[in-house]
Amino acid sequence: MSALRIKKGSSSHSAYDLRSTYGDTVERHTLAVTVMNEPGVLARVIGLFSGRGYNIESLTVAEVDHEGHKSRITIVTSGTPQVIVQIKAQLGRIVPVLEVHDLTAEGPSVERELGLFKVAGKGEQRVEALRLADIFRANVVDTTLQSFVFELTGTPEKIDAFADLMRPLGLVEVARTGVAALSRGDH
Amino acid sequence: MSRQMTGAKMVVQALKDQGVDTIFGYPGGAVLPIYDEIFQQSEITHVLVRHEQAAIHAAEGYARSTGKVGVALVTSGPGATNAVTGLTDALMDSIPIVVFSGQVPTFMIGSDAFQEADTVGITRPCTKHNWLVKDTAQLSGTIHEAFHIASSGRPGPVLIDIPKDVQFATAEYSEKTKRKSHYQPQVKGSIEGINDLVKLMEKSKRPIFYTGGGVINSGPAASQLLRELVEATGFPITSTLMGLGAYPASGDKWLGMLGMHGLYEANMAMHDCDLMINIGARFDDRITGRVDAFSPKSKKVHIDIDPSSINKVIHVDLGIIGDVAHVLEDILKVWKSRGRVTEKEGLAKWWTQINEWRKIDCLAYTGSEKTIKPQYALQRLEELTKGMDRYITTEVGQHQMWAAQFLGFEDPNRWMTSGGLGTMGYGFPASIGVQMAHRDALVINVAGEASWLMNMQEMGTAMQYRLPVKQFILNNERLGMVRQWQELLHGERYSSSWSESLPDFVKLAEAFGAKGIICKDPADLDDAIMEMIKHDGPVIFDCLVEKHENCFPMIPSGKPHNEMLLAADAAAFASGATLV
Ligand SMILES: Cc1cc2nc3c(=O)[nH]c(=O)nc-3n(C[C@H](O)[C@H](O)[C@H](O)COP(=O)(O)OP(=O)(O)OC[C@H]3O[C@@H](n4cnc5c(N)ncnc54)[C@H](O)[C@@H]3O)c2cc1C
Ligand SMILES: Cc1ncc(C[n+]2csc(CCOP(=O)(O)OP(=O)(O)O)c2C)c(N)n1
Repeated sequence: MSALRIKKGSSSHSAYDLRSTYGDTVERHTLAVTVMNEPGVLARVIGLFSGRGYNIESLTVAEVDHEGHKSRITIVTSGTPQVIVQIKAQLGRIVPVLEVHDLTAEGPSVERELGLFKVAGKGEQRVEALRLADIFRANVVDTTLQSFVFELTGTPEKIDAFADLMRPLGLVEVARTGVAALSRGDH
Repeated sequence: MSRQMTGAKMVVQALKDQGVDTIFGYPGGAVLPIYDEIFQQSEITHVLVRHEQAAIHAAEGYARSTGKVGVALVTSGPGATNAVTGLTDALMDSIPIVVFSGQVPTFMIGSDAFQEADTVGITRPCTKHNWLVKDTAQLSGTIHEAFHIASSGRPGPVLIDIPKDVQFATAEYSEKTKRKSHYQPQVKGSIEGINDLVKLMEKSKRPIFYTGGGVINSGPAASQLLRELVEATGFPITSTLMGLGAYPASGDKWLGMLGMHGLYEANMAMHDCDLMINIGARFDDRITGRVDAFSPKSKKVHIDIDPSSINKVIHVDLGIIGDVAHVLEDILKVWKSRGRVTEKEGLAKWWTQINEWRKIDCLAYTGSEKTIKPQYALQRLEELTKGMDRYITTEVGQHQMWAAQFLGFEDPNRWMTSGGLGTMGYGFPASIGVQMAHRDALVINVAGEASWLMNMQEMGTAMQYRLPVKQFILNNERLGMVRQWQELLHGERYSSSWSESLPDFVKLAEAFGAKGIICKDPADLDDAIMEMIKHDGPVIFDCLVEKHENCFPMIPSGKPHNEMLLAADAAAFASGATLV
């Protein structure tokens, strides 16, 4: 009855089933997590992701209710559907976590990120950078004769696109805030 | 009434208000104010262990055998780091404990002060929750919250780190009832889910209850309701290592433990069932084996208080989130109100099949007149202690699995073992915790010699507190479980799996002032066990057993349930054949 096919002398067996059981369709989800703003809460959330091997593409946090000491953490993560469900359930287990919302699954939502771009250049390049910034509706927040700092708000894709365009025009440095997101509509 | 007191006094006051009578601990500079308060009262007994890891395991044993929250107290730095294994053990096995650690004064935190460690940082991933209390005014409220969190929902260990200046400072004590926690896990299961489950139960021809530690966690009412449900429906029941005793081993619906070293009939029934009802178990990999071949023909239902347990490992058709006792009560109500329907004919056939599997007699082993077989030792222990007010703890390894197979548990909270983490060194201190809670009971730690050595310093604790714990060591002079894997899966290359230079256990017992018994002849075994039971004090029982016995059945990892390895296959293997 046993079909082990273990030969005497073999050693390629493990104490664990080494086959991964997860499917391979990876989805990207944006999660909004409301937490009690107590010491260590961010470490708990980040520790959960690193400890259980989940991905963090972006994470932002700030207190949104000063009287109630509540913060909102927006996390962009990716994983198979099974992993995404686990991530939400595991977040829900953290004691100071009050609510977990999957903005990707719960209907339409808006996502915004802010990027700051330092672009250094002269002559034609400088004119081109300014022209493109205008098309993207980026603001100039600092200028010298050799450089600009642009400020741009938009979806992460828009920020990526702008960075790609600026690279050949003398992009020196980028700072990004990570994603903030809200569901659309009145709920 | 406003009550001002020091932080140290608050700790003791809050423990009293929480109904704590026993704590396990070890002092040091950063907890001296608390020890000073403990000295000046008599309601709470402090048990001085010999290593902080043992304090945590003792608190676990106390908690598991009483259903109450276990409590431990350790100092900063090395005291706290020594507690980490115990905390992780309690987290994996869902054991409610509250651990207090001392910390350097708040104004010295971060300066690499003497015996400073980032205790909340280190223990964050191995506690259900933890706190660093920097303000005495917050301390008593935090302690009450800690007991609430440790014991509600899915239970687990929590830790409160208290800097020394916070222990000295004075503030107002807040009563237990004062604040309502936002942490309120759902205990009632959804009624739609329960209705759906009852419909599945009515139609099932091959059902099985697969129960686990969650039934024990839920309390005695859950075990009572489980028994009622099993008897009323006539469905077979198996349990994980952690759930033994929730349903009595003498019950005729009992199939025995399932899993890697579970019984043939239990694993075959899991594989072939058409309805699997998981009650408070977590589809551990020691249970599922190869996930994609796990019980391929069944509808699966999972009742669990922790939403993250559902669909974590095995995709289920129906998940019911709630506390076992609450959900079982509703299942019984609904099932009865719909006319107590079961598929009688299908069930009868299912039992016929199960009884065929039972005939394999998967626990059979080759007896011996010359050496004590470990299975035989446990059979005799069972026979001679059955019916007594008995609690069993274990270490980790083959002896643990044999204990699960050969000892029968009639009630919950009588079986304390390290399942999830598999911590060698758990059993001895756990037996101390159990004996502290049940002073007149017979408490036996079924041990392997290697595991037992990991916390043997606790002989001192057992002697000091006159705890008549029986250390029943199945001594095979091997790291038996490791040796078994090496024999079967690593070409018989026994790399470092010998227990070399073992002590003379009888002399060791005597060195502590305890009683030592050695037994190597099967003919002497009964008398020796009786001598152990009758002795009023701690005993080390050195039971010299067969050195190369393997534990069967065994499902090698990554194999489905119906590819279990039995003793007969192994005998063929030993004589040189390939196992197919
Ligand atoms: C050497 C070795 C070999 C082993 N071999 C086996 C083996 O052959 N068979 C075996 O069974 N185990 C074996 N184990 C143990 C195994 O590793 C797991 O610890 C065990 O199977 C888990 O048991 P469980 O599923 O009951 O879960 P537990 O760890 O007891 O978890 C309890 C579950 O119930 C839930 N729960 C808790 N409280 C409640 C409540 N009030 N209401 C509802 N749900 C609740 C929890 O959320 C959790 O999901 C072995 C361990 C070792 C060290
Ligand atoms: C702390 C710890 N270290 C290592 C292991 C790995 N391990 C599991 S069982 C085992 C051997 C146990 O030997 P023993 O206590 O003599 O029991 P036996 O298997 O011989 O019954 C080992 C080393 C473990 N479970 N825990």
